[in-house]
Amino acid sequence: VAAPPVAEGLFTWPAGEPRLIGSRCRDCGVVTFPSQGSCPACTSVAVEERLLPRTGTLYTWTVQGFQPKPPYAGPAGPEEFEPYGVGYVELPGEVRVEARLTVADPARLRIGMPMELVIVPFGETVTYAFAPLDGPGRDGRDGSRG
Amino acid sequence: VSSPEVAVVGIGIHPFGRHDAVPGRAMGVHAVREALADAGVGWADVDFAFGGSKDGGNADTMVADLGLTGLPFVNVRNGCATGGSALVSACNTIRAGAGRLGVAVGFDKHPAGAFGADPASYGLGSWYGETGLMVTTQFFGMKIQRYMHDHGITDAALARVAAKAFRNGARNPNAWRRKALSEAEILAAPMIAHPLTRYMFCSPGEGGVALVLAPADEARRYCGRPVYLRSAVVRTRRFGSFEVFSPALALARADSPTVDAARDAFAAAGVGPDEVDVAQVQDTESGAEVMHLAECGLCKDGEQEEWLARGVTDIDGALPVNTDGGCLANGEPIGASGLRQVYEVVAQLQGRAGDRQVPGDPRVGFTHVYGAPGVSACTVLSR
Repeated sequence: VAAPPVAEGLFTWPAGEPRLIGSRCRDCGVVTFPSQGSCPACTSVAVEERLLPRTGTLYTWTVQGFQPKPPYAGPAGPEEFEPYGVGYVELPGEVRVEARLTVADPARLRIGMPMELVIVPFGETVTYAFAPLDGPGRDGRDGSRG
Repeated sequence: VSSPEVAVVGIGIHPFGRHDAVPGRAMGVHAVREALADAGVGWADVDFAFGGSKDGGNADTMVADLGLTGLPFVNVRNGCATGGSALVSACNTIRAGAGRLGVAVGFDKHPAGAFGADPASYGLGSWYGETGLMVTTQFFGMKIQRYMHDHGITDAALARVAAKAFRNGARNPNAWRRKALSEAEILAAPMIAHPLTRYMFCSPGEGGVALVLAPADEARRYCGRPVYLRSAVVRTRRFGSFEVFSPALALARADSPTVDAARDAFAAAGVGPDEVDVAQVQDTESGAEVMHLAECGLCKDGEQEEWLARGVTDIDGALPVNTDGGCLANGEPIGASGLRQVYEVVAQLQGRAGDRQVPGDPRVGFTHVYGAPGVSACTVLSR
């Protein structure tokens, strides 16, 4: 049995090629993530669900260096905490999505590098993350495990 | 320059830092009493008050200590713009003729460690916090990371901002961090959110600040050297700006609320950014000071690298910035932080900033705060 997603409605799951679920404004075309019932750009309520592209480029990034306070639900103790990467991935023509990254080593992260959506284990659940395309870390085993 | 309507005629502060035995509210009371004494008035003379605190209690309950005079006292709760919003409200009350002598006060007392945040109170799903994305330090790391890439800012510049803050803090008796640190020590500290190290971040803390305000044409009754509040502006984010707690960002970047608030504050004051003699800008971390200098119109994008190398923003530089040590040396008690900046500018323009006094008789000052979820407050002050 596949582990459940950390929240419903964020990404298609289970799926061979999972997609993030956003929304698109029928009036002005702006894409948002996660999906919402109104358009933050033009205030329209004529929005539709939209499955987002699976690949993009890294717009910016950081590495979370300390264990966040609750409601963070990652590893329980500070001694078990491992830094994890966080970034915005630009999905061309759509939107920039914030996500955990499967890589936490600054030497292996650079703005503009190609990234791909992956679903990674997070405690008893799974969540979405981005991994370098055609590089190490695609299996979610590089500092991304919750 | 437009003719001023409102003046700051008294300033008071409770030292920032950690004061285990002192409740946040008591710091507010201390600051109000000091500001009243500075203006030479009593609480019974005050017509109205606006005040706020995030974690320190209800500001309006200070009347139990200050005196139950029956005055209108409005609590303000607006994140990092709490102090700025209290000031805007007090300013507008005087402009409207609804009161003459007013108090704006902010204080706070936060637990140690980075701020925790509840996703639901920001309209976000619980998954956002659970998966470790709802951390303010990440936003600051990611925003400056991109800015460094786009505008050629280096780690050395980030270290210079922090070193300056602790240098200035060492000269400020009200600051929390009063020990100078070298750029090498700052760069070698543990990484909090790449590229920002521990000493490049401010910490949540404690403190209180109060201002007494009066109509400009009555200012000299209370104060020999009044400082005029030329403008006070609060703005929230527009679609497309790069903000904290954003699961997604639009492809087209829009100006930040800082850009909007600063531009409107300068326009309302009839003063240009090039006329500023001393500025306090939000330095939640080193990169924030770098970016906010440009967003406020005080320099061009990328120019900060050379400015910091040349000491332009030092106390004896061409544009002294965060002369009291800023958030980095004072910590961030959210309710008090914005008013601390105004306190510092007033002290500088009145020539009573002690060891950290900006030379050359500064006449025009500027303050800027920024905070979650995308709010900014700016003021322009002058003699």
